[in-house]
Amino acid sequence: MDFLRPASWEEALAAKAEHPTAVPIAGGTDVMVEINFDHRRPEYLMDLGRIADLREWEVGAESVRLGASVPYTRIMENLRTELPGLALASHTVASPQIRNRGGVGGNLGTASPAGDAHPALLAAGAEVEAESVRGSRLIPIDAFYTGVKRNALAPDELIRAVHIKKADGPQQFAKVGTRNAMVIAVCAFGLALHPKTRTVRTGIGSAAPTPIRAAVAEEFLNAALEEGGLWDSGAAISPSVAREFADLCSGACNPIDDVRGTASYRRRAIGVLARRTLSWTWESYRGTSRGVEGVA
Amino acid sequence: MPNGTPTRITQGTRITRGAIAKGGIGESTLRPDGALKVTGEFAYASDMWHEDMLWGHILRSTVAHAEIVSIDTGEALALPGVYAVMTYDDLPTEVTHYGLEIQDTPVLAHGRVRHHGEPVAMVAADHPETARRAAARIKVEYRDLPVLTDEASALAPDAPCIHDNRTDDHAPHVPHPNIVHRQPVRRGDVREARRRADVIVTGEYVFGMQDQAFLGPESGLAVPAEDGGVDLYIATQWLHSDLRQIAPVLGLPEDKVRMTLAGVGGAFGGREDLSMQIHACLLALRTGKPVKIVYNRFESFFGHVHRHPAKLRYEHGATKDGRLTHVTARIVLDGGAYASSSPAVVGNAASLGVGPYDVEDVDIEVLALYTNNPPCGAMRGFGAVQACFAYEAQMDKLAKQLGLDPVEFRRRNAMSQGSLMPTGQVVDSPAPVAELLRRLKALPMPPERQWESSEGTDVRQLPGGLSNTTHGEGVVRGVGYAVGIKNVGFSEGFDDYSTARVRMEVVAGEPVATVHTAMAEVGQGGVTVHAQIARTELGVAQVTIQPADTRVGSAGSTSASRQTYVTGGAVKHACELVREQVLERGRRTFGASHPAWSTAELLLEDGRVVTDGGEVLADLVDVLGDEAVEVEREWRHRPTEPFDRHTGQGNGHVQYSFAAHRAVVEVDTELGLVKVVELACAQDVGKALNPLSVHGQIQGGTTQGLGIALMEEIVVDPRTARVKNPSFTDYLIPTILDTPTIPVDVLELADEHAPYGLRGVGEAPTLSSTPAVLAAIRDATGLELNRTPVRPEHLTESQDCWLPDIAG
Amino acid sequence: MRVHFTVNGRPQRADDVWEGESLLYVLRERLGLPGSKNACEQGECGSCTVRLDGVPVCSCLVAAGQVEGREVVTVEGLADHARQRSDAVSTDSRRSEDGELAPIQRAFIDAGAVQCGFCTPGLLVAADEMLERNPNPTDADIREALSGNLCRCTGYEKIMDAVRLAVARQAEGV
Repeated sequence: MDFLRPASWEEALAAKAEHPTAVPIAGGTDVMVEINFDHRRPEYLMDLGRIADLREWEVGAESVRLGASVPYTRIMENLRTELPGLALASHTVASPQIRNRGGVGGNLGTASPAGDAHPALLAAGAEVEAESVRGSRLIPIDAFYTGVKRNALAPDELIRAVHIKKADGPQQFAKVGTRNAMVIAVCAFGLALHPKTRTVRTGIGSAAPTPIRAAVAEEFLNAALEEGGLWDSGAAISPSVAREFADLCSGACNPIDDVRGTASYRRRAIGVLARRTLSWTWESYRGTSRGVEGVA
Repeated sequence: MPNGTPTRITQGTRITRGAIAKGGIGESTLRPDGALKVTGEFAYASDMWHEDMLWGHILRSTVAHAEIVSIDTGEALALPGVYAVMTYDDLPTEVTHYGLEIQDTPVLAHGRVRHHGEPVAMVAADHPETARRAAARIKVEYRDLPVLTDEASALAPDAPCIHDNRTDDHAPHVPHPNIVHRQPVRRGDVREARRRADVIVTGEYVFGMQDQAFLGPESGLAVPAEDGGVDLYIATQWLHSDLRQIAPVLGLPEDKVRMTLAGVGGAFGGREDLSMQIHACLLALRTGKPVKIVYNRFESFFGHVHRHPAKLRYEHGATKDGRLTHVTARIVLDGGAYASSSPAVVGNAASLGVGPYDVEDVDIEVLALYTNNPPCGAMRGFGAVQACFAYEAQMDKLAKQLGLDPVEFRRRNAMSQGSLMPTGQVVDSPAPVAELLRRLKALPMPPERQWESSEGTDVRQLPGGLSNTTHGEGVVRGVGYAVGIKNVGFSEGFDDYSTARVRMEVVAGEPVATVHTAMAEVGQGGVTVHAQIARTELGVAQVTIQPADTRVGSAGSTSASRQTYVTGGAVKHACELVREQVLERGRRTFGASHPAWSTAELLLEDGRVVTDGGEVLADLVDVLGDEAVEVEREWRHRPTEPFDRHTGQGNGHVQYSFAAHRAVVEVDTELGLVKVVELACAQDVGKALNPLSVHGQIQGGTTQGLGIALMEEIVVDPRTARVKNPSFTDYLIPTILDTPTIPVDVLELADEHAPYGLRGVGEAPTLSSTPAVLAAIRDATGLELNRTPVRPEHLTESQDCWLPDIAG
Repeated sequence: MRVHFTVNGRPQRADDVWEGESLLYVLRERLGLPGSKNACEQGECGSCTVRLDGVPVCSCLVAAGQVEGREVVTVEGLADHARQRSDAVSTDSRRSEDGELAPIQRAFIDAGAVQCGFCTPGLLVAADEMLERNPNPTDADIREALSGNLCRCTGYEKIMDAVRLAVARQAEGV
């Protein structure tokens, strides 16, 4: 095993080009477990910890450019307004110690369906900034997850940042685990209201081979909100619409039975989380618009 | 040959009492090892270090049941940095197996593996990574054998024997060679009693496999000595039991295997069996170098026995006025591939299977199986835990059928001093079962909806916690009660004794007592209590606790809630003998100076000899002079007898201990997530020698019971018998956010047969905690819940049928 | 490889480090600082918690090579660390009675929060950092801050007591 310590982003790209099998390590919260448990002996470990740029973020007009290694703790503390869904998801990541080290880049690199950031990124809308010596590109989050623990990165590419749309409405994230802290998701759900575009986006974790959106459920809800004029009136969403949305989210799942939970439970739970997060976000949306509309 | 002792031995400490308190029994004196433990200086077994030491690593089977066709160690040996590779063929003597009760466990597999993770070969190398790489190069060829995973497959007529040609004591008496031990308990006439019953309830229950999950993984350091022997620094529960099993395999007399207790990071039963002791010694003797072995968490899950999973079938009957008529039970414990302490676990489950209730007509059968599942043995509660989970569920079921409050129903049937156990043994010390329940029932309820705060919803107070799954939706509160009975000490005629060596002398002008035992301090606070006993008995301020080792006689196991009773009893006894000698010396020297020396009852207090009237006769310093007084003695509790193999009758137990719990839970009924809001415990401890430690034991035991109720289970694939979750990622134990406040109400009703009237504390709270939590969840959900741990899907499955999208 | 970093205020150097070694291994086996414990080596128990540039992390998940040039505080340096902190905020540099322990260490002993003690070093590092950040925590805050540290012996009640005790003593300026 060789330990590569690039001092700059350019050096890192050059090293990755030279050694495409090099495993990048930042927070180490995935890679080191695999090394400690003898599951993996990469030829090269590449420490990204010396590249300060990766731990910084910029808030732009439309989106936040979040460095790949910004620790979850920083997201929770500093980006609650701009990225409320991701901030909530960050708060559910493992333990305080892990949240102090791990970042979204690691979640994306590992691309486990159980990664906590994914549903929030899918719901908010995001692009992954991937770069190699060949150049830089933005990969839409919907196209990023390509299989179980597989992603759209080329062997010579590294994740530099994630561009996440700033919230233009309420966002929520909820995750089921069999413990009240420090737990890997049995399943997770993210939901974001986008009043500007009058759309709702979702993200589902741990209930399919990859993180997914519940596309049919989104279409149904977008149509129902539009037809009912609810974006304008701020009126309550009817129980039947909420129920149908929840059922469609359940239907979007393609889960498995494993030691953490059964497929049927995951499907069910996603429905419950979908209904609840819709209710929380919509109530919040109504709360902010109620003053104007005065709806019951 | 390396010389000297390793660095970092910190067991045993000099203690100075506080200025005001006397530091005797009944006070919450502080741990003597506390300062070392908070500064990181306390040396646990995994912290041991020796110049020039090697790292040992064990290769384990990847399959549960197979013939070993061949093992090729050539490539492993060729790796630079590797000093030794050993297999069964390299064992030095004819003794190649060990075991607590039955010597059926091979040190390294011989021609066959019987469970996933069984040790097959081992390596010593100069770095742990070198050892791991070498182990990975050992080629083992397996030929699969049929896998036995449950009662049906283990007891099938054509089932292969897990152990051929058994010669153990139980073998002639069991109906099938894959039954380790079977114990019936029969009393009265159940058929007749059934006729008197107005209500009969039956239930089938499943108890999952729990892991002790002590935080300090198995580890030790073996140092070869110039005399051909070996010094072993080890985390264990019972040095002398280890020694008895280790020495014959090494081919050494016991006095050439010198064992010293290294710091123990928790035990809970999981260190009663050997883990890497023999392996480290063998590698050290083979290489002539010190060898350290430290399991990682993955290995730890394979490196010790677990709590027996169980299937339990109960029938309870009662009259309309709420009196139990009869109880029948059949309990099948899965002992896995090797016996460990299965026979004793069977004895406990059988004799305690009715619970703390008066029932005249009883028919119980308990058996432990040999299967290809992971071996199971001792864990806190030891057979009584599984039974309590089931009989308490039955009691609630009966109460419901009778329309009685569950606490009132229990009270009507609660045993008391003078009650007869189903084994015919008289309960001859206080048994305040009804009083414990009464106290819990009288506690105020924790406030409702504690998640609502002025700043909005605090999800940390809700089911799901930080995962933000509910803001109150679907949340229903439930309350449940349970009570249990546990035996204290080793039972069934076992010669259960402890040894203590106590010395008293003048050091730097002050009388000092030194206590030396082989008691394994595993965190329970035995060292604190020993010093308190010495202060109380000998009237000294300063007590030195010697490191536990095999230079003193056995202190028995740190298990069965027995250490304060038995080794505490031995320390007390040795102190009394020291006191007699001191007084005798005083009489010889000063007797002529004061008539009270020969007429009064004399005590040692505050460094002086005083009369029971408080008159000071002499300073201990003057009585002792420059000559020490030292006594080493074995001490035994009153004897027990084996249970009759057919009827289970017999005075099998030393002492009983009782605890009860009230659980208040909040359940998210839609997601099946549970938050335990409060888990109150009432327990009779006879006499709290150290109240702070007693509370710690009760709260810790309670939390382990909560774990098995809600999350803890080793999941074994029913097809392959492979363990599916050997890690802390998927074997979950409660975090601080899963654990509620645990109010503790301690009763002190003395047992006149025990030292100071004390009652063993450690295990009873682990029994009733689980069924109380289950009862509370049943109360909240109305579900039957016959399995523990309860998983979210168990709380929601019944709802699936009315979700059309899922049913389709 | 060779790694240089600062541990508890002292520059340290570790030679012949295998590239896959964790900071935890280097501390324990190469620098003679075994206070940080190796209980799970997968970030699921917190027993190996240290401060890395001030931030609590699981040292089992930090590759040794990643700490080059950085600052680590372990349980062995906790008392000094806490003393420097209190000296910095107050000119009154009174020391606690025994002088050698951080207030949180003293509180763990006094409250009976230590049994087997294997989780204790990690809990102390985490709890001390919380007290630094949040001198007046609610029970829920304490539980959240310590939710990455497993304890198998105590049922956490005495640990809660210990942190509350340390908070109270801190408020009284003892």
